Amino acid sequence: MIKLTINNRPHNFDGDPAMPLLWYLRDDLGLTGTKFGCGAGLCGACTVIRDGEAVRSCSITMKDLAGKRVTTIEGLSPNGTHPLQKAWMQANVPQCGYCQAGQIMQAAALLRKKPRPTDQDIDSAMEGNICRCGTYQRIRAAIKTAAKEVA
Amino acid sequence: MSSVTNISRRGFLDGIFSAGAFVLAAQVLPKNAWGQTQEYAGKAAAAAFHPSIYLGIEPDGTVYIVTHRSEMGTGIRTTLPMVAADELEADWKRVRVEQGIGDKNYGDQNTDGSKSIRGFFTAFREAGASARVMLTSAAAAQWNVPATECKAQLHQIIHTPSGRKYGYGELVAAAAKLPVPKPETLQFKPKSEWRYIGEHAPNAQQIVDLADICTGKAIYGMDVKRDGMLYASIEHPPVMGGKVRSLDDKAALQVKGVHQTMTIDTFKPPYAFQPLGGVAVIADSTWSAFQGRKQLKIEWEDGPNAAYDSEQYKQQLLDTAKKPGKVVRNAGDVDAAFASGAKVIEASYYVPLLAHATMEPPVAVAEYRDGKVTAWAPTQNPQAVQDTVAKAMNLKPEDVICHVTLLGGGFGRKSKPDYVAEAALISKQTGKPVKVVWSREDDIRFDYYHAVSGMYHKAAIGANGMPTAWLQRSVFPSISAMNDASSMYGFDVEYGMGLNDLPFDIPNHRAENGAAQTHIRIGWFRSVANIYHVFSALSFADELAHAAGRDPLEYQLAMLGPGKVLDLKSQGVANYWNYGEPYEKYPFDTKRLRRVLEIAAEKSGWGKRKPGNGWGIGVAAARSFTSYVASVVEVEVDANGRIRIPQVHQVVDAGLIVNPERARAQFEGAAVMGASLALSGEVSVADGRVRQSNFHDFPVARINQAPRQTDVHIVESDELPGGVGEPGVPPIAPAFANAIFAATGKRIRELPFSKQKLV
Repeated sequence: MIKLTINNRPHNFDGDPAMPLLWYLRDDLGLTGTKFGCGAGLCGACTVIRDGEAVRSCSITMKDLAGKRVTTIEGLSPNGTHPLQKAWMQANVPQCGYCQAGQIMQAAALLRKKPRPTDQDIDSAMEGNICRCGTYQRIRAAIKTAAKEVA
Repeated sequence: MSSVTNISRRGFLDGIFSAGAFVLAAQVLPKNAWGQTQEYAGKAAAAAFHPSIYLGIEPDGTVYIVTHRSEMGTGIRTTLPMVAADELEADWKRVRVEQGIGDKNYGDQNTDGSKSIRGFFTAFREAGASARVMLTSAAAAQWNVPATECKAQLHQIIHTPSGRKYGYGELVAAAAKLPVPKPETLQFKPKSEWRYIGEHAPNAQQIVDLADICTGKAIYGMDVKRDGMLYASIEHPPVMGGKVRSLDDKAALQVKGVHQTMTIDTFKPPYAFQPLGGVAVIADSTWSAFQGRKQLKIEWEDGPNAAYDSEQYKQQLLDTAKKPGKVVRNAGDVDAAFASGAKVIEASYYVPLLAHATMEPPVAVAEYRDGKVTAWAPTQNPQAVQDTVAKAMNLKPEDVICHVTLLGGGFGRKSKPDYVAEAALISKQTGKPVKVVWSREDDIRFDYYHAVSGMYHKAAIGANGMPTAWLQRSVFPSISAMNDASSMYGFDVEYGMGLNDLPFDIPNHRAENGAAQTHIRIGWFRSVANIYHVFSALSFADELAHAAGRDPLEYQLAMLGPGKVLDLKSQGVANYWNYGEPYEKYPFDTKRLRRVLEIAAEKSGWGKRKPGNGWGIGVAAARSFTSYVASVVEVEVDANGRIRIPQVHQVVDAGLIVNPERARAQFEGAAVMGASLALSGEVSVADGRVRQSNFHDFPVARINQAPRQTDVHIVESDELPGGVGEPGVPPIAPAFANAIFAATGKRIRELPFSKQKLV
């Protein structure tokens, strides 16, 4: 039995300990905001926050999560009011939107560490998150807008 | 042209409208833009009643607008309803957008070809205007005043002299009984009163799914779940057309959660939209299905395509391009010009296979019950889902219901519903709802690839440095092989994308298409054949400019000559495709192309900084999907050959643009996709097997590689609406290559650039 906390709620997992967190979130818990994109930690669509760090849920197995706290897009804010979510909407960032939960979670972890990120900080933090629609310049702008609100 | 019908009491669309609603349906003549949609368009035209739009108002005033186009990131699910809402003078807060299912009654639903606004702007406008007129008449009748004294304003009809008002909901019952005004009597709102649409809309709206996307609530195909649903993952034949020779699934069946395996028959040629075949592992979770699949032991019978090697094939294409091919355009006498002793310049170009790599891999849920299938799919083409599933299972198309979810990217891949047919077949076998999930590896290895192509250009140069003769040859495996396995040549759709409609004003001009066999699935990819035709032609134009010692932008303008409507018929182009549009309505007007180039020069500060020392600027302009685009790309190349793109300018004349905010987003994204395919896009094949499998070996542009800033400049225009989803892609790769030449003196004639040594 693996005990972990997801979006501030306790969960007990007794399935395959080698299963990635992604599939526990999506198939078992119905938290489908976290997306499957590559299954290999290459695209960032499945990004969640584990104990303050952005991680790829497709590449973190359940056995590595005992006692850990996980936050998904569904738990980032009560009503979509996180400064990043507001900034994302204000800048009309999403096109298809499929990667955007991962982008927002990655950016949330960045702002925790660097409340006023430089362009270089944004590049380094966000380069693991692919957007095939090409919304990158709006992602950059939205992170800067959110940083102003946080600061 | 469309016609609007009052269907308030005809019982359509159960579940969306209540019995008391006022519902209008607007019918559009079906589009016939793509070869393969003729079948659907024909059936739609034959149907007695085939509205493309439903607009209804409930007694509580809620306006429902059914959108029948798929949302893959263009914003179309919001933009078309905005057109109807604007004409209706509806309050957007009281508008609900419903997604239509696949239904031939809608007319064309294949969301591709950048044609949703071109095809349906008028119909949505007429639907909204008709409802407004009927509500106004209903109010006027109740007050017993002339309708001319009444006006519609933000969900109310107001009697202007007295100030009396009715809300739309209060008028529903009366309006539903009125005849629909004849289209020719409809008066549209003047542009100055547009509320939601156009460049100066005071109440422009954001996409309806925005908040759901930013909070993780939006439902894509990947997110659909049905009670009792099983999950399947499929091992496809590694070579197209291959078959299962033997299967050992013992180890797979021992994986926890795996229920069973199922062999899916390989398609019978032509491949069309049929499943590839292979072995499905069916389990109670995605993870178990994936794990079980790793334990399959399959021997394949590869078939003839096992000999396909992309390096050899590349040489064949380039060799073929050096020989005469099928003539698709011919004006003057290029051979005489080449023989005249003029200076001759020639060059070959190459673009490899490309994968779409939508962020959401192909996925579908299907539920077979009692001879009927219900599917939930991220599809651009729900009617093709109906037909493909029906054909695979010996059903009638109307026995297949296709719900359209949001698409996690489409780019043309999701017009082909092979993956939905897989889910339906497995559901029938298991008796349960089934979700088929393609892995990223499946997606990269088993795509309908953007065609590889070899091009050859030759020009004779006159005394002033301008070309007197232009020969352009293109060789590529044609999309037409999808429906005709013996096809060796392209067809009008591919020719009409930069091969037979190059706008340069050159007296002797010939375009040819060489023969090529197809060994892998080929399909349309955002902007299609424009990618390779515009890359080679606009790179070659740049080569000629440099050979003449002239400024490349000024030279491109000179090559266009005085602005005019192209007369392609007189140049031996018998059937110019023109993106499915009548030429009188959408002529190819080089004045508009000149104008976007001139604006690009101004906005980019062209000519102000001298290229060289690792900095360069390049330009290319093209018309595609009836829109005119000039792209300027600035590059920096450092001492290690690393490329950065600090700035892109996209100048766009797409006629009337309904949703400029989303149009800008499309052109920003197109700059990224164009840069991505130029920089690093390549799928290669050995022994008939695709070598790449995921984003490590099929890289796409990331935030640190994408253009740092793309400025989109929209030419305000009252011309008919053109496409916006695709036209931003084609000029990027040549503008980029031209910029690299300006920066480094190195001419890149093959994509991707990452394979070239720049220093």
